[in-house]
Amino acid sequence: MLPELGHVALILALLLAFLLGVLPMLGAQREHAALMATARPLAYGQLLFIAIAYAVLTHAFLVHDFSVAYVASNSNSLLPLMYQVPAVWGAHEGSLLLWVLILGLWIGAVATFSKSLPMPVLARVLAVMGWVSFGFLAFLIFTSNPFARLLPAAVEGRDLNPLLQDPGLIIHPPVLYTGYVGFAVAFAFAVAALIGGKVDAQWVRWSRPWTNVAWAFLTLGIALGSWWAYYELGWGGWWFWDPVENASFMPWLVGAALIHSQAVTEKRDSFRGWTLLLAIAAFSLSLLGTFLVRSGVLTSVHAFASDPKRGLFILIFLGLVIGGSLLLYALRAPREEQGQPFAAFSRETFLLGNNLLLTAAAAMVLLGTLYPLLAEALDLGKISVGPPYFGLLFTLLMAPLVLLLPFGPLTRWQREQASTPLRMLAPWAGIALLIAAIAFFTSANAGWKTIAAYIVGAWLLLGTLRFVRQRFVQGKGRFTAEMIGMCLAHSGVAVFFFGVLMTESMSIEKDVAAKPGQSFSLRGYDFRFDGVERSQGPNYQADRGTLLVTRNGKDVVVLHPEKRAYASGGSILTEAAIDGGPGRDLYVALGDSLDDQGSWALRLHVKPFVRWIWFGALMMALGGFTVAFDKRFRRAVGEAST
Amino acid sequence: MNPIRKRRLWLLALLLLAAAAAATLITKALQENLTYLHTPTEVKTGKVPAARFRLGGVVCEGSVQRTSGTLAVNFAVTDRVRQVPVHFEKILPDMFKEGTSVIATGRMQGDTFVAEEVLAKHDETYMPKEVADAMAKGIAMHTKSCGAR
Repeated sequence: MLPELGHVALILALLLAFLLGVLPMLGAQREHAALMATARPLAYGQLLFIAIAYAVLTHAFLVHDFSVAYVASNSNSLLPLMYQVPAVWGAHEGSLLLWVLILGLWIGAVATFSKSLPMPVLARVLAVMGWVSFGFLAFLIFTSNPFARLLPAAVEGRDLNPLLQDPGLIIHPPVLYTGYVGFAVAFAFAVAALIGGKVDAQWVRWSRPWTNVAWAFLTLGIALGSWWAYYELGWGGWWFWDPVENASFMPWLVGAALIHSQAVTEKRDSFRGWTLLLAIAAFSLSLLGTFLVRSGVLTSVHAFASDPKRGLFILIFLGLVIGGSLLLYALRAPREEQGQPFAAFSRETFLLGNNLLLTAAAAMVLLGTLYPLLAEALDLGKISVGPPYFGLLFTLLMAPLVLLLPFGPLTRWQREQASTPLRMLAPWAGIALLIAAIAFFTSANAGWKTIAAYIVGAWLLLGTLRFVRQRFVQGKGRFTAEMIGMCLAHSGVAVFFFGVLMTESMSIEKDVAAKPGQSFSLRGYDFRFDGVERSQGPNYQADRGTLLVTRNGKDVVVLHPEKRAYASGGSILTEAAIDGGPGRDLYVALGDSLDDQGSWALRLHVKPFVRWIWFGALMMALGGFTVAFDKRFRRAVGEAST
Repeated sequence: MNPIRKRRLWLLALLLLAAAAAATLITKALQENLTYLHTPTEVKTGKVPAARFRLGGVVCEGSVQRTSGTLAVNFAVTDRVRQVPVHFEKILPDMFKEGTSVIATGRMQGDTFVAEEVLAKHDETYMPKEVADAMAKGIAMHTKSCGAR
């Protein structure tokens, strides 16, 4: 009975989403106060019904209701309790329900925290978000009903995909979705501004905090996914340029461009049309990502079942959103740039450069991701684009970004003497080069990437510190939340690039056939293989290896990599053993048994500074959150309402 | 020509040059990093270049042979019409099993495909679309025969 109620709740949510899309918009167009006032109650109402549906599905997982097809294929009575709740989003239908729930939460948050927004603006923004919600709810109900019954009911469930039985799964999808869906807010503000015909700096001021929060969540979500792939897939890589990774990376790049261009539009009134376009693009790319992942057109870890009906639905939805918003943009976009003029050497120019490089990077990723699909459609054969394509072009695009980054904050708006920031940064550039030179001569096996790591890391960090110093000298040590966030995020970029380049250049990886007692030496660490024994987990049996790692005769750590065979479905999964630290990770994965004398295949890694990659991403995310709390945004909204 | 026009012309020329350079670079990078997917039948009928490519198909039942005490493993990949022997010297993925689909990247050395990377499907029900398509072309998906060598 309950699952049917869940289904009914979804249908009611769909109806409310429809009303939310229509009534407040009509009210705003006709300046009808009562109609506009329906926006908030409708927003909360649809959230309530989505939440009910979500709770019902969670309940079905907790009581092992295997008469629900979705539960039967993604749970099992042996599934540990901590994975029963996240199992809800372990496959297509449930993860889409989570997506809709998060969208509902964002809509509710906009309704709650925009008390001081003029009513017509709020009504339009919520209505646009209502359209998006309507589209996804319809998708859920018509193509992917999570409450479909299985008759007769299954006696036992097929179990959650073992790859997903991991703490990473508990947080990665919700955080990532919060980021993806959050761009809907910036999109809704942009579309509402276009419909309302007032495309000034005001809408940007309102939407900036939302964009920053969404981008920060997306950053965290991608970093968590990368971390999960690192320790769960057993390959020891942190980024594969996999189509699905790319799908999340494109909106991230455009989102990063958007938060910078929003700053220009808000403060200087320039780049208005460009900011609108970026807001539309960021959300469209989020939708494109959903399409690529859900339609099964691409082969990937994340591609669930492929059902042509689903792909077609998302494609039409995508077409409507992108086509509709671009048409609206063409009709209503500001014809003249009314912003303040700026000289060739000014902060505006640097931010323009930032935007060009980031969007070019996004376009490059888009091309590499879609090219195989295009080639197949044109019958050019089945092609895949290798990681070196992305690696090479990304390096070429990021190099100028890294070079120019410290200049931006130190250059004045509108007009600046080129010599001023150059003079400020010259000594720090010198120090960065000195550090690189010292590092080069003191560290063994240093290649050009190692030198690049030190130069890039030091240049970005010192350049950011130079800005901090300037604030102490000129601003008497006063920092706005926006400045702190920026410094945090820019330092995060430094830490990230240092981690990436060090890991790329200094990592060492070895697949070996190991006899018990045999030792292997990598980068000064000795890995001694002490054999494999059987052990029993809650819903799996494991082969558990033991390795003693020593360095110069001293014990470092004992590692236990596992190979698990899950009771249901017979899936086998490698559980890598990792000893992590700020300076290096030791990573061991267990392969197959090679003979009956206890020999096993082992994969050994030493990965210097790999954690800096995720730590840098964490700093960027924190920076994004910090900016959103700048007092100015709250004040600006308050002023606008009076 | 007045100075403003002249400056704009220079700017335009510079932009065109940059765009051309970018286009060339991207095309080149793309071309150098493309790998094609081929089926065992295509390999056996000589339609495959000497370059790196991806071999897609099913691991032939009963074909997996390990050299005791080393990482070296030999198996055959089939599209149920023809089969190609594969040699690999790294750790096989978790999902690798006889009778399931794989995609191996590498190149032909003589009659053997020497793989640098082997990817297996991700769960029991899932077959990479490109492999399924290739298999459909090889007609008999329901037989267990591995086809001629």
